[in-house]
Amino acid sequence: MAEPAQQHRLSAGLARRLMGDWRVVVGGSIFAVLAILAIGASLIAAIDPLEQDLLLELLPPAWVDGAEPGMLLGTDSLGRDVFSRLVHGSRIALAVAVVAGVLTATLGTVLGLVAGYFGGLADSVISRLVDIWTSFPPVLLAIILVALLGTGLHSVIIAIVVIDWTRFCRVVRAEVMQQRRMDYVDSAVTIGLGRIAILFREILPNILPLVIVLLTLEMGIAVIVEAILSFVGLSLSSDTPTWGGMIAEGRQVIHQAWWVMSFPLLMVVVTVLGFNLLGDGLRATLDPTLRR
Amino acid sequence: MGAFLLRRAVEAALTLIGVAIVVFVLVRVVPGDPIAMMISPGASEADIQALRALYGLDKSILAQFFIWAGHAVTGDFGTSISLRQNVVSLILSRLPATLELAAAATALAVALGVVFAVLGIMWSRRFPEKIIDGFNGVVLAIPDFIWALAFILLFGVLFPLAPISGRIDPRIEFEFVTNFYFVEALLRGEIAVLADLFAHGWMPALALGLPLAAIITRVLKGSLDQAMVEDYVTMARVKGFGRLRIVVGEALQNAAIPALTITGVQFTFLVGGTVLIEKIFSYPGIGNLAIDAVINRDLPLIQGLIVTFAVIFIFVNLSVDMMYALLNPRLRHG
Repeated sequence: MAEPAQQHRLSAGLARRLMGDWRVVVGGSIFAVLAILAIGASLIAAIDPLEQDLLLELLPPAWVDGAEPGMLLGTDSLGRDVFSRLVHGSRIALAVAVVAGVLTATLGTVLGLVAGYFGGLADSVISRLVDIWTSFPPVLLAIILVALLGTGLHSVIIAIVVIDWTRFCRVVRAEVMQQRRMDYVDSAVTIGLGRIAILFREILPNILPLVIVLLTLEMGIAVIVEAILSFVGLSLSSDTPTWGGMIAEGRQVIHQAWWVMSFPLLMVVVTVLGFNLLGDGLRATLDPTLRR
Repeated sequence: MGAFLLRRAVEAALTLIGVAIVVFVLVRVVPGDPIAMMISPGASEADIQALRALYGLDKSILAQFFIWAGHAVTGDFGTSISLRQNVVSLILSRLPATLELAAAATALAVALGVVFAVLGIMWSRRFPEKIIDGFNGVVLAIPDFIWALAFILLFGVLFPLAPISGRIDPRIEFEFVTNFYFVEALLRGEIAVLADLFAHGWMPALALGLPLAAIITRVLKGSLDQAMVEDYVTMARVKGFGRLRIVVGEALQNAAIPALTITGVQFTFLVGGTVLIEKIFSYPGIGNLAIDAVINRDLPLIQGLIVTFAVIFIFVNLSVDMMYALLNPRLRHG
C-alpha cells in the first residue's frame, strides 16, 4: 500500500489527467447537467409536467410565432409543457441509468470474476450462458422479458440487467485470466490468503478501472433501452413523463408539431453521446495499456 | 459435411422444442390475466369462467401445454385473444412484410458496406479514409431506433421526401394475390406500385440496415487491408492492373468470407430490430404485431410469434453454417 502522501500525489495526478481529457470534461459536464436537472426538476421547471390545458395544445417553442410566453419549448397534444416534461423525464432516465447500470455491472463482474479465476466447470457453464445470451437480439429479448414481468420501471431495470450482464462478464473474465498469472497473485497465495480474499481484495481493485469504463457505457445503453421500452408503451404509464413516451406521443403529431418529438430525441442523443464520450475518455486516462 | 449439417439440424429442432416449453411455462407463471383485458365491466363470474374455459385457461399448465403442443404440431396455434383471429393465418399474413423489409435492409447494408470498404481501401492512408472511418464510428455508436426517428424528422418533416407510415399508399388500387407485395409488383411489372412500395420502404430499410452496413464496412475493410499485402496482389500490380481492378477483381473475393460470416450472425439482430422499426414507421409486419400482442397479453399470439422468430433465427443460423461450410475449403473437404 502506498503512503498517504504518495497516495495523495497519485490521486492529484489522476485528477489532472482526467481534467486534461476533453472527452471526460464534456461527457462529465453533460452528466452533471443531467443530474442537476433530475434533482432540481421541480425547481427548474415551475410548470406541472402533468397539467393539461386543451386551450394550449400544440403550441410552438418560444422563438416561433404563436408561442405562449413561459412555455419555452411549446406544448404537446394535451397542452402539457414540453420543457417541464423533458426536465422531469430526466429523473427516470438518470434513475434507470444509475440503478440498472450498477446492478448490471455487479452481476456481470461477479460472474466474470468467478469464471475467470476459478475456471473449470464454473467457467464452462458461465461462458456457455454468455454465448447463448448474446445470440439473441437484445431488443426482442427486452420486449419478451417485459411482457413476462409486466410493465413498469422495475421490469425495465430487470430486463436491462438480465440482458446486459454479459457485456461485463465477457470483458472481466478475460481480464481476470490475465491478472491471475501475475506475480502479485502468487505473492498473495504465498502469504496464505484465501481464494475469495485474493479475488475480491487483490484482483478486483485492479480491474475496477475497467469496470468503471464499462459502467459508463452501460448507463448510455440503459438510457436507450428505457427510451425504447417507454416508446413502445412497455415502461411507465403515460402519466409519468419519460423521454421515450414523449417521443411516441410526438411521433403521432409529427406533421402538426415537430417539437414534441424533436426535443426528447435530442435529449436521448446528447445523453448517450455524453456517456460514450465519458467512457472513451475514462478508458484512455485509466487504462495504462491505452495511455502509452 | 452431410453429418455436420445433420447434427446442426437436430440441434436446431431441439432448440425449438426448448424455446416452446420455456416460453409456454413463463408466460403462464407470471401475473397478468388476459381474460381481465377482454371482459366488459358488467360481466358476471359465470361469464368469466365460460370465457376461461373457452380458451382452455382453466386447466393446469401441464395439461395446457400438451393441448397446445398437440395442436402446434399440426400447425394450429389457436386463436388470438385480442384480435379474435386464427394465430397462424394472422402471422402468415404479416410475415411477408417483415421478410421483405429485412431482405431490403440486408441488401442495402451489404451494398453500402462493400462500397464503403472498397472506397476506404482505394483511398487508404489518405484523407477520405478518415472521413469513412469517422462516419462509420458515428453509425456504430447510434442505434437503429435513433436513426429511424432522425430520418422521420429529416426526410418526413423537414424535407418531406417520402411517406413515414405504412407499407403502401391505401389509395393504390391493386389486387395483390400474395402478401409479398414487392416481389409480386416486380414480377407483374407494376412500376407505379413498385415506386410507391419503394417510397414507403427505403427509410425503414435504411434505418434497419445502417448498423449492419457499418459492421460490414469495418470487417471487410480490415480483411481487404490484409489481402492487399498478399503475393497475388503484388503480382497483379506487377502485371500493371489498376488499383480498382486489383481491389474488386482480386482481393475482394478472398476477403469476403469473414464479412459474410459476420453478416449471417448479425442478420439475427436485424430481424430482431424489425420489431422496433415497424412500430416507428407503422409498418404492418410481425414486429408491430408482437408489440401489440405483448401490450394486450395475448398469450396464443405471443407464443405463436416467439415460435415464428425462433424458427427464423434457427433457419438463419443453419443457412450461415451451410454457407460457411461451402465457402471454407477446410470444412468442405472435411
